[in-house]
Amino acid sequence: MKLPFTILFEKRMEDVPKWLPAATSIGSVLIAFLISGIILKLIGGQPLRVAGFFFDATFGSWAAISDTLVKATPLIMVGLACTVAFKMKLWNIGAEGQFYIGAFAASLVVLIPMVPLDSPRIVIIGLMIIMGMIGGAVWGFIPGLLKGKFGVNEIITTLMLNYIAILWNNFWIFNKWSDAGFQMTPPFEKNAWLPRLADYAREFRAFSGITLHLGVVIALVATVVVWWVLERSRWGYEIKLTGDNKEAARYAGINIVRNVILVMMFSGALAGLAGMSEISGVVHRLQERISPGYGFTGIIVAWLAKLNPFAVVLVSILFGALIVAGREIQPSGLAQLLQGIILFMVISSDVLLRYKIRIIRLQSPAAGEVEVA
Amino acid sequence: MSESPFAVEMNDIVIRFPGVLANDHVNFTLRQGEIHALLGENGAGKSTLMNALAGLYRPTMGTIKINGEVVSFSSPKDAIAQGIGMVHQHFMLVPTQTVTENILLGLDEPRFLMRLKAYDQKVLALQEQFGLRVDPTAKIWQLSVGEQQRVEILKTLYRGANILIMDEPTAVLAPQEIDDLIETMRSMVAQGKSIVFISHKLHEVTAVADRVTVLRKGRVTAEGVDIQGMTKRDLAQLMVGRDVVFSIDKKPQEPGDVVLSVKDVHAENNKGVPALRGVSLEVRQGEILGIAGVSGNGQSELAEVITGMRPCQGSILINGEEVANQPPINSIRHGVAHVPEDRTHVGSAPNLSITDNTIMKAYREKPVARGWSVDFTYARENARKLKDAYDILAPSVETMARKLSGGNLQKVILAREISQEPRLMVAVQPTRGLDVGAIEAIQTLILAQREAGTAVLLVSEELEELLSLSDRIAVIYEGEIMGIVPAEEADVEELGLMMTGTRLADIRKQKATADTGRIEA
Repeated sequence: MKLPFTILFEKRMEDVPKWLPAATSIGSVLIAFLISGIILKLIGGQPLRVAGFFFDATFGSWAAISDTLVKATPLIMVGLACTVAFKMKLWNIGAEGQFYIGAFAASLVVLIPMVPLDSPRIVIIGLMIIMGMIGGAVWGFIPGLLKGKFGVNEIITTLMLNYIAILWNNFWIFNKWSDAGFQMTPPFEKNAWLPRLADYAREFRAFSGITLHLGVVIALVATVVVWWVLERSRWGYEIKLTGDNKEAARYAGINIVRNVILVMMFSGALAGLAGMSEISGVVHRLQERISPGYGFTGIIVAWLAKLNPFAVVLVSILFGALIVAGREIQPSGLAQLLQGIILFMVISSDVLLRYKIRIIRLQSPAAGEVEVA
Repeated sequence: MSESPFAVEMNDIVIRFPGVLANDHVNFTLRQGEIHALLGENGAGKSTLMNALAGLYRPTMGTIKINGEVVSFSSPKDAIAQGIGMVHQHFMLVPTQTVTENILLGLDEPRFLMRLKAYDQKVLALQEQFGLRVDPTAKIWQLSVGEQQRVEILKTLYRGANILIMDEPTAVLAPQEIDDLIETMRSMVAQGKSIVFISHKLHEVTAVADRVTVLRKGRVTAEGVDIQGMTKRDLAQLMVGRDVVFSIDKKPQEPGDVVLSVKDVHAENNKGVPALRGVSLEVRQGEILGIAGVSGNGQSELAEVITGMRPCQGSILINGEEVANQPPINSIRHGVAHVPEDRTHVGSAPNLSITDNTIMKAYREKPVARGWSVDFTYARENARKLKDAYDILAPSVETMARKLSGGNLQKVILAREISQEPRLMVAVQPTRGLDVGAIEAIQTLILAQREAGTAVLLVSEELEELLSLSDRIAVIYEGEIMGIVPAEEADVEELGLMMTGTRLADIRKQKATADTGRIEA
């Protein structure tokens, strides 16, 4: 059968309109929801009820919003970590390990302890932030050095270092700081907790039970810093240039080896910061499985956000909501299904940015050209 | 010749892209057994017209007749069935497969068993017929660019093409390879094939074509004109739409102090083979030193060691300071501008904007840099000024570099390098692959640098360009300088001998003995 029209894919010659990337991303998410709804219907579910439940569980009340934001907080920082590295086409998939080492290094402040535990909260938390970032940066430095100096594939090294980081963590919590034989350290002193809204329930009754902690502010500050570095600073320009064309960067006099190492350290520091925020804001102790794969979700977040720091915040909130919903909805795989479909849709929507799609009717070649995108 | 029937008639072809009229009522005819040149600047619509003939685009309007019959192609397959084959500028070959395998790729035969040996013979027979020699069992990656092109031509011939469209086939070839190609083209038309030869190199068009059609901005400015009686100047005018000055106005000028001094430099190429073997030369203020030679004789490596992009042994002084074996940033700080050979892979960042590309060298210093940050407002403003001053055709300074034509991209690179106010400019093949209008613009910019007192090292394969721009010409062969002659005394024959490995001293000696021999006799 011959169709009465042909569909043409034409390479975009002119500039992509500024609104289009955002529009295709949002459109992809909506289509992903639609497809999930159809699948749900096909297996005999009630898509609209599920959607309503989904909304209630994630944005339906202040407590629900707080839960979503608590889950979004580490995702933002890890997503930023991946954004920074991916901007330079460094495929850091080791944010998970950097997260663990960041958490470990921050815990040292309390566990050694590095300062008297009755020091002011600001001293302890400030020190934990610095240690968390240093920990993550060290874990980024190793693959950065290997990549920069010897050209070792960073995908392999960062992936392997994830396992080392998790087992390293386990060693200390089982062996040295185990709390009565459990795979966790004793809880931290209150002084080492990031302040939560619930802490002010006595002053503001509305805050009672709201677990949102200062980490979200740290994440937002990190977002602005990363945006400034990438979009406004000289270093960010070097990162962008190296990412787009390494030879041109060399030609422009940029020290690529140094930048590979520094960018991996910066990326690691952001992931380490996420680890610090998680143990100090949520878990309040160092333990096994502090991350349900945040480091890997961060890769997806950065990709969906098209390496835009502010979009990372929005995508992280969406994914935070999916994590929360996955806890509430049965079967819990539904949220993961949705996650997968979203990723698939967004990646395929890239076609619209690179090509124009035209539908041409065959009968009268001169007339009837319909532009779709 | 002119009585032979038409192989192709394209009548009143209109091809419209969104916002662009690529072909505006174009007529084009190709006779059987002729070489018809299709001439025009980049973006004039040559490739679009031929893509329509090859079935890649459908014309919005107009008819195409092949051997007198109206055809309508909806895919390249239809065009191949009508005996039309296109040799694209960028080869479409699988590097890890053999020549024969590449030729057979995508065909219905052989169906199941490859029986490569038998097909090797077929390929050899075809080679014999047209004089296109290349080992059928060689893998593509082992072949030179010229040989790969022969494989592309064999591919179309194997598919039974009688009408060959060659899209700028000489752009990638070395001079000898061009001669071989022209030979092949002649043998093909002698055996009844018809060839459309797309080019913007005037001397090649006048050398091989029977007739010529010139396009400018999508319109025909000369339709199937006999090449006899056309001068290069006529053609250039038809192409560009105004008189092109071929003799560039080079003012006599006394060179100043030595800026670049290269002494006994040795270096290896990417494969670890010696590429420079004891090169020594000097370039002075306000002087253009041309480097002539067949490509691959160490020109690229010479440019790279001077700009700090390649390690070497020996000494390179810029204004008396050693710069050899130091990172590129060092030569940038010494005021060395570099127009690299590879515009897209070295000279620019394809996915970044024009603005971003203009600050590649300036982002470290005021006024582009402001503390740790880049002043993008200033950078954009400055890019706009450069865009106007250098006549860069682009929708805006936000346009990505990869969307620019070769000439406009080269102007962006020159704008960036010149605005650094260099003391030394190293320009490698600055006009390669550009059209006449852009070549003129780039050459004028380089001469202006000379007048501004910059020392210029100009590497080029176009002898004509070197003769008209340079003050002195050095010829390089296998990493050694064969001789340096003042441009006004340079003799093309002498340069040619040096380019193929005879030293200037030997040439002069031979001449002297020949002369004395004649006198004695």
